[in-house]
Amino acid sequence: MPDQPRSFQEILLRLSAYWGAQGCAILQPYDLEVGAGTFHPATTLRALGPKAWAAAYVQPSRRPTDGRYGENPNRLQHYYQYQVLIKPSPPNLQDLYLGSLRAIGIDMALHDIRFVEDDWESPTLGAWGLGWEVWCDGMEVSQFTYFQQVGGHDCRPVSGELTYGLERLAMYVLGIDHVMEMPFNDPSAPIPLTYGDIFRQTEEEYSRHNFDAAEVSMLLRHFEDAEAECARLLDPELNPAIDPKTAKRIVMAHPAYDQCIKASHLFNLLDARGVISPTERQAYIARVRALAKKCADAFVQTEAGAAA
Amino acid sequence: MADLLLELFSEEIPARMQARAAEDLRRLVTDRLVENGLTYAAAAAFATPRRLALSLTGLPKVTPDTAEERKGPRTDAPQPAIEGFLRSTGLTLDALERRADKKGEVFFAVIRRPGRPASEVIAEAVEHAVRNFPWPKSMRWGPGSLRWVRPLHRIVCVLSDEAGASVVPVEIDGIRSGDQTEGHRFMARGPFRVAHFDDYAAKLAAHRVVLDPEERAHRIWHDATQMAFALGMEVVEDKGLLAEVAGLAEWPVVLMGEIGAEFLDLPPEVLQTSMREHQKFFSVRNPKTGRIERFVTVANIEAPDGGAAILKGNRRVLAARLSDAKFFWENDRRKVAGQGIAGIEAMAKPLDSVVFHQKLGSQAERIARIAALAREIAPAVGADPDLAEQAAKVAKADLASAMVYEFPELQGVMGKYYARAAGLPEPVANAAEAHYRPLGPSDAVPSEPVSVAVALADKIDMLTGFWAIDEKPTGSKDPFALRRAALGVIRTVLENDIRLRIKPLLTLGDDLHYLQWASSAFAKVDEVRRSICAELGIEVEDFDSAKRLIEKNFRSDRREARLADLLNTKMADIPDPRDDLLTFLADRLKVALRDQGIRHDVIQACFDLGGQDDLVLLVNRVRAAQEFLATEDGANLLTAYRRASNIVRIEEEKDGVEYSMPPDPMFAEGAEEAALFEALDAAEPAIAAALRAEDFTAAMAAMARLRLPVDAFFDKVTVNAPNQILRRNRLCLLTRIRQVMRQVAVWDAIEG
Repeated sequence: MPDQPRSFQEILLRLSAYWGAQGCAILQPYDLEVGAGTFHPATTLRALGPKAWAAAYVQPSRRPTDGRYGENPNRLQHYYQYQVLIKPSPPNLQDLYLGSLRAIGIDMALHDIRFVEDDWESPTLGAWGLGWEVWCDGMEVSQFTYFQQVGGHDCRPVSGELTYGLERLAMYVLGIDHVMEMPFNDPSAPIPLTYGDIFRQTEEEYSRHNFDAAEVSMLLRHFEDAEAECARLLDPELNPAIDPKTAKRIVMAHPAYDQCIKASHLFNLLDARGVISPTERQAYIARVRALAKKCADAFVQTEAGAAA
Repeated sequence: MADLLLELFSEEIPARMQARAAEDLRRLVTDRLVENGLTYAAAAAFATPRRLALSLTGLPKVTPDTAEERKGPRTDAPQPAIEGFLRSTGLTLDALERRADKKGEVFFAVIRRPGRPASEVIAEAVEHAVRNFPWPKSMRWGPGSLRWVRPLHRIVCVLSDEAGASVVPVEIDGIRSGDQTEGHRFMARGPFRVAHFDDYAAKLAAHRVVLDPEERAHRIWHDATQMAFALGMEVVEDKGLLAEVAGLAEWPVVLMGEIGAEFLDLPPEVLQTSMREHQKFFSVRNPKTGRIERFVTVANIEAPDGGAAILKGNRRVLAARLSDAKFFWENDRRKVAGQGIAGIEAMAKPLDSVVFHQKLGSQAERIARIAALAREIAPAVGADPDLAEQAAKVAKADLASAMVYEFPELQGVMGKYYARAAGLPEPVANAAEAHYRPLGPSDAVPSEPVSVAVALADKIDMLTGFWAIDEKPTGSKDPFALRRAALGVIRTVLENDIRLRIKPLLTLGDDLHYLQWASSAFAKVDEVRRSICAELGIEVEDFDSAKRLIEKNFRSDRREARLADLLNTKMADIPDPRDDLLTFLADRLKVALRDQGIRHDVIQACFDLGGQDDLVLLVNRVRAAQEFLATEDGANLLTAYRRASNIVRIEEEKDGVEYSMPPDPMFAEGAEEAALFEALDAAEPAIAAALRAEDFTAAMAAMARLRLPVDAFFDKVTVNAPNQILRRNRLCLLTRIRQVMRQVAVWDAIEG
């Protein structure tokens, strides 16, 4: 049994070391604002097509409506997810996953781990899968999903996706009741820092920004721009982009997907500003999903996504 | 004789699917075996979170030989016909038998199939079951294409007898059958061999798996109640939750914990819902305080610390959840406390912009409709109209509360608490919770008058609304639970013995429903639209805008007035949806009363009278009619009624006329015919008077007095007399019998 981790960052490092040792490429966070680790192209796009893939990474994620000005012990508008995607899903993925819990100091003889039905669906990504939420002593610590469809495409082979809600998991392992009190680095470091030292102020600022200050007309405009740009980039007429060396068209699946990600985050901000009615909400989600589908269609034509 | 052990070992199967899956496995495998001639003595199926298991006993080792005879063409038939027969039977010409037949000599094929080894038939049945398993949702995994509820890892398929056990070889998408399985995920790692079912069950138990879901549920309930009892407390019974948690653990271990003191003042429903929905905890009540003070959780492991760490974790999670709930509860209550109806209305304000249904307006509009309807219904149910209206306005206000947003299943319950906090009268508060009732066939109906008024108004608004936009339930599809709403109306009316005409309530002051219905009816009846346009000389494209105009403000512009006029007349051609809705209610009534032994055809016979929208009266009539039919007089009269109907129908068809004139006693010949005239003349007003007095037993008795004269008439009198005057008079007399009897019910609907 490994000794107990002492800080948030140690848990994060141990997860990376563990999944690295299992043969995953340890990637870095995607450099755009996303709602969840799934949005990283290393998951969304790489789950498509026949090529094998194994990657793990931390992804800072933003859910503007979850902001609580840094006061709620469990809710944040900016938080971290740890994400693992392996394609095809290996037969021992559950065991590998349990190994990762051991690696961060959870003793399976003392703690009650359960796989409780939870079918995952992302309406904005046109994606769904079957799996579980994993419970540790009654608390959800991960999402475990076998992807069936992404961007409207059947996944063949199927990827196994693991998502850990890092703050919650770490608070549990470290025995902390309020996220802001969690040691970020080692508590005996010369300059010990808590999660709150690093994020309390940003949570306050962003909560205020997301709910009250973000300029609605600008957000709406940027949403329209991102949507149009995504479609334009993928349109062979509007964006022929012929590679001079091969005389073939360069399909810009990734740049287009960046625009899809941006549209999704802008929608989330608009939602937090409270300017989207329930009926409009569905329409916006459908618009983002249409972009995700186009990007998926494009990706499967590219080298990374195509057959053979 | 041999026994079969089959186990399909997979990753965690959703708890809600396990029971059904075990049963499906038993059915799929045994059906297939029997189909292929392999019988068995007994079958038992089990499910745990990670496995489906099937035990079959008393299987023969081979299936019996079979022989099938097939008749072929005549021996002198053309060559292609004979060749075709050979191909279809797979035999050669010299293997066919020649037999004499009525028409000459005919080929017969006797196809003999030798018995097959049980293992072969089993292997096929197992593969069939796995590939065709009716999971509510299934998935692929890894590189494969096989579908299962979650990845399937092992197939144990062992056939055993006195001599020993052997693996039935099956291979499905690379998964090869064997005799090895695994025990508990955490407490007994590593595979082990099994030889037969008893061995399997015993070894599983040793490897910390309780195979039988009922045993797991029993253990959980036993341990939980014992623990509670030791503290002088009681576990709140919850069969659904018990079945679910029994499907979440292979080795259930019950632990009890305390709820933090700061949460004990939350309404018990909030504690229960929060614990049940999010944590799958049982609630433990202290009978002395009446409060929920502890919880029971079920773990899947026996921990060396006695579950201390598990319990600590669960309490932390619960505390976080309940902190949220407490926050919502206090916030919501603060908004309404002591504010009276104004506070509740303020809480409900956001419902103005919440869409109930795209075509049926907002929640706020729906609430206004229900309030108007509740007011209308109130006198009939003995409620104060003002209170009923207020209760309807309050009843759904909690849909806008933070607590119900977080816990939708607490709708109504929170409404009750918030109405009390606002200082509203108790009947109003109670209606918030009770108006959703009955929630299912076993749930009680509301009984307090104000609650009854709001409950009926709520359900009737649902029904009329969705009927108006033509969203009726079809087959298994009933997305708006309209069958439940109809049943709710029926049960609430009948069980409270409420005298109420329903039809007038179906459109009451409700332009929205009417217009919705009209426009959807028009959208469907395109010819009507076109014919109106033709008459008016307008383009079809202009129809909608013209219609919208009159729907909005009935302007007096002449063309629009004409269109309104036409709409009204043409509308008369389209069936009234209210009648359709009443028919739907009658159909639900048949279902509702089936358990009480009330015949659906008797309901139909009474309903067919028309205008039967007073359910209490209808059911009284139905009961009396059914009792009447069970008597000798009733059965006889029904026969006579049918005989009269048949004769009249046949003769009317023959003559091309209707025999519906009043018969004239002047033409009565003989005592029997004259007596029938007298009996009918006496029965008709007697029945009518009894019906007016709603005394259906008396009506039936009056009708029963027709039996002897009617029987005597059929016995002694020839209807189709040679004298045409007599014949016509007698046919009309038969019609009269029908008419008199049809005061009570349209007996034609009676079956048998």
